[in-house]
Amino acid sequence: MNIMQKLGREWLFFDGGTGTILQSRGLAAGELPETWNLTHPEEIVSLHCSYLQAGCDIINTNTFGANALKYPENLREIVEAAVAHAKKARAMSGRSDAYIALDIGPTGRLLQPMGDLPFEDAVALFGEVVRIGAAAGADLVMIETMSDSYEAKAAVLAAKENCDLPVFATMIFDEKGKMLTGGTVDSVVAMLEGLRVDALGVNCGLGPVQMKPIVQRLTEVSSLPIIVTPNAGLPRSENGQTVFDIDPDAFAQYMADIADMGVQVLGGCCGTTPDHIRCMIEACRTKAVAPVIKKHRTVVSSFSQAVEIGKAPVIIGERINPTGKSKFKAALRENNIEYILAEGLAQEDNGAHILDVNVGLPEIDEPEMMARVVTRLQSVLALPLQIDTSNIEAMERGMRLYNGKPMINSVNGKAESMRAVFPLVKKYGGVVVGLTLDENGIPDTAEGRVAIARRIYETAACYDIPREDIVIDGLAMTISSDSRSALVTLETLRRVRDELGGHTILGVSNISFGLPQREIINANFFTMALQNGLSCAIINPNADVMMRSYRAFLALTDQDPQCSGYIAAYGNQPAAAPQVVSHVTMSLGESIERGMSERAVQATREALANIAPLDLVNSELIPALDRVGKGFEKGTIFLPQLLMSAEAAKAAFEVVKDAMKGAPQQSRGKIILATVKGDIHDIGKNIVKVLLENYGYQVIDLGKDVDPAMIVRTVMKEQVRLVGLSALMTTTVVSMEQTIRLLREQKPDVKIVVGGAVLTQDYADSIGADCYARDAMATVHYAEQIFGK
Amino acid sequence: MIAFERSEALRYLGYHGTQPDAAVEQAIDRCAEELQSAAIPKSVFQAFELTHLAEGTMKLGGVLIRSKNLARTLKGCTSVYLMAATLGIGVDRLITRASAVRMSDAVIYQAIAAAMIEAYCDEINDTLRHEAERVGLYCRPRFSPGYGDFRIEHQRDFSRLLDTPKKIGLTVTESCLLVPIKSVTAVIGLSNTPQPCHRKGCEECSKTDCAFRR
Repeated sequence: MNIMQKLGREWLFFDGGTGTILQSRGLAAGELPETWNLTHPEEIVSLHCSYLQAGCDIINTNTFGANALKYPENLREIVEAAVAHAKKARAMSGRSDAYIALDIGPTGRLLQPMGDLPFEDAVALFGEVVRIGAAAGADLVMIETMSDSYEAKAAVLAAKENCDLPVFATMIFDEKGKMLTGGTVDSVVAMLEGLRVDALGVNCGLGPVQMKPIVQRLTEVSSLPIIVTPNAGLPRSENGQTVFDIDPDAFAQYMADIADMGVQVLGGCCGTTPDHIRCMIEACRTKAVAPVIKKHRTVVSSFSQAVEIGKAPVIIGERINPTGKSKFKAALRENNIEYILAEGLAQEDNGAHILDVNVGLPEIDEPEMMARVVTRLQSVLALPLQIDTSNIEAMERGMRLYNGKPMINSVNGKAESMRAVFPLVKKYGGVVVGLTLDENGIPDTAEGRVAIARRIYETAACYDIPREDIVIDGLAMTISSDSRSALVTLETLRRVRDELGGHTILGVSNISFGLPQREIINANFFTMALQNGLSCAIINPNADVMMRSYRAFLALTDQDPQCSGYIAAYGNQPAAAPQVVSHVTMSLGESIERGMSERAVQATREALANIAPLDLVNSELIPALDRVGKGFEKGTIFLPQLLMSAEAAKAAFEVVKDAMKGAPQQSRGKIILATVKGDIHDIGKNIVKVLLENYGYQVIDLGKDVDPAMIVRTVMKEQVRLVGLSALMTTTVVSMEQTIRLLREQKPDVKIVVGGAVLTQDYADSIGADCYARDAMATVHYAEQIFGK
Repeated sequence: MIAFERSEALRYLGYHGTQPDAAVEQAIDRCAEELQSAAIPKSVFQAFELTHLAEGTMKLGGVLIRSKNLARTLKGCTSVYLMAATLGIGVDRLITRASAVRMSDAVIYQAIAAAMIEAYCDEINDTLRHEAERVGLYCRPRFSPGYGDFRIEHQRDFSRLLDTPKKIGLTVTESCLLVPIKSVTAVIGLSNTPQPCHRKGCEECSKTDCAFRR
């Protein structure tokens, strides 16, 4: 019988520990357990046999760490042997009813951008194991002990793309209910359900007692069968060795309690033995199996956060979007991801729950840009993202690389749109925005829009996409061209909620297009929309007036207990609009020297009333920077102050630039900065960047772990005369040397400045650099030499 | 909560005995608070046999190590503790985030986190010292791959021997860097006799022109 016919209907019992048992049979610390498939086949077969005799239904192959990183030479042999041993044990034990799970553990490497393993490399590594294991005859794929949701996603995608077997996935949580990279039960369940695994749960890390709160939460949020395989207690060190304390009888009692919590699959992990499993099965098998209950929750998630839609209204920040923003467009063209990150972080600080990400510009490679921006955003931001594009390729790149369950903006009632978008939602998971328009345009009645919404739900169902993964956009159209349009939109919201039981979303500010003082209309319409049931609002969370409407609405509708959110936001502010009055006068120069950004901005504004922008730069800004730079070199000013001054100067420059709007911006020269291949420590490079920008250079920041070829390519394409490279360790100075060699070959006239902890003048000379910069100011001086003061 | 040495953090920031101004002091307090909540310190250790083979050559947990500096530190020891410790990936995120918006915070995080991981390792060392003393052994100072002639490539061996990716989320990149970035692996020699001289860190390092040398 196929395991899927049993899953969720009767108990399924996994086996227990493998590694810990092999250790007790002589596996040395640090020895790779999978090598025993070849060196000790009889031990592996006998281990499987003892678990089968103990009564378990599923045995895991001894392939936890089997991947091409650890077994570059003989992966196939290792995995095929593992499956063969499991099959042999099944035949020897007369347990033809038992299943063989191809066991897949983490790679042991951290994925980019925090680590150095590219996501697609991880997918490929897992994919290889899945193909071998499935061909060898495994019955299901068991992805386990995942402590990073991103790696879990890579493994699930690999399993889905390389076989048709059922896919189970269990994560490892700590006692606070967190994964090592920050994931929670809520966030990871959303992601795994979106990826359509067949069962999910928790294993390893904790004993059954500590696991209970996690199991409890799993039963509250998961709509899938739940797997629980704890350790035999918490690991403890005894004479420098790890031991587990819970004996088989106690384990069985704890597991019996867990069986009553509404889970469907049980087993053991580290420290558990065939005896543990036998006792557990005896204690649990006669209990009724809880039915798997669909929760119908609408959830999007990031690596660490889950946002539920349909409870309190959700704010989706709209600022990562080039429409009508010349600076944003420039950032996209110049590949200035930092600018986009700063837009994202500001919205997070101002109270957004989800960020819309739209990077569409006709002249750029949108799929590539979407991939880059999603990857960078999710490395610094905890908020879930809404991938906003009409470019299907960009949508897929974004969804694939996304670490969680994204929101997708959007699909609409056109058959063609649904045909393109729904398969992606089915494959990668996501909550998709359904626009109520179709081949005939936008209906001007609520009736028409509700009909389209209905069609979107129905078509989605054909793709196995549940109603809760759809949010209907009632379409806010400007009242300046049709004075009834707000009413139609509001009616659509109500009817989607009441007649279809659905959730809704609006791009709120469209309502005022073409009118003066748009915020007045926007803020009031926002309140009305919320009152009519709006679930998600795409707005600018940096606009106070919108957030005021939002917080007031929550307070007024009993969605802000004790008005605490409202008071936290506004309790310490004066009632009237704050008028900035400063009695202390401080010159621009002084405020830069003291690193006071706000004061520097104000001083610049004041000064610009009397003095031309360029004169201010030359008479105040630059001299102040020079004084700070000299102080740093003399040892009277230290790194934090140097950077605070740089930040204050940067803020002042922004004001000056705004004042010079229209005038061509002059750069003193273009410089490429990169932390070399293999190196992920980029703080030094980032310091240099801040200072160079201060001194008026245009920095093309290629980031960290940068391939030499990429640096050469950019030098050629952008016609750059100076390249700055950083490397932290002796191991990565090697790739610095390679980069220099390649640059010398391809572009002999480019100048190269290097820096980093292990470098010295001699070392820099020996690898062929033009200049060794011992600190950030040294690079500035070298740039001045190259480009002239 | 990790009690770190503020003076160490200041040293990493380049303050050699000078007091920072009030603005920097405030920034340090604010960043320290953020770091305390972002850091999830985890550690793992295990005892291994040590065999001295020839001059400057040792075998440890099946791994052959050639290092005169390490051999000197482990002279007379027949076993060692291997330890690994990390502040967790939350610290990396915090620093990356600050690098995007306020670089002055990023360098302060960096310095405090460096002081924190040192303090955390000292805490673990205390635990190990007590554990060792119970069975009549004495700990030598901890010594990490990358110190002197002890090759940094051994990070990979230690990570494998201690199963650090699974146990504490500590991984090693292809170029032998540790991720999360604020992490340490180290060897601590165990001997039958106490050793009065506890030289560690800077004094063992041959980079005498280092800006951060004590």
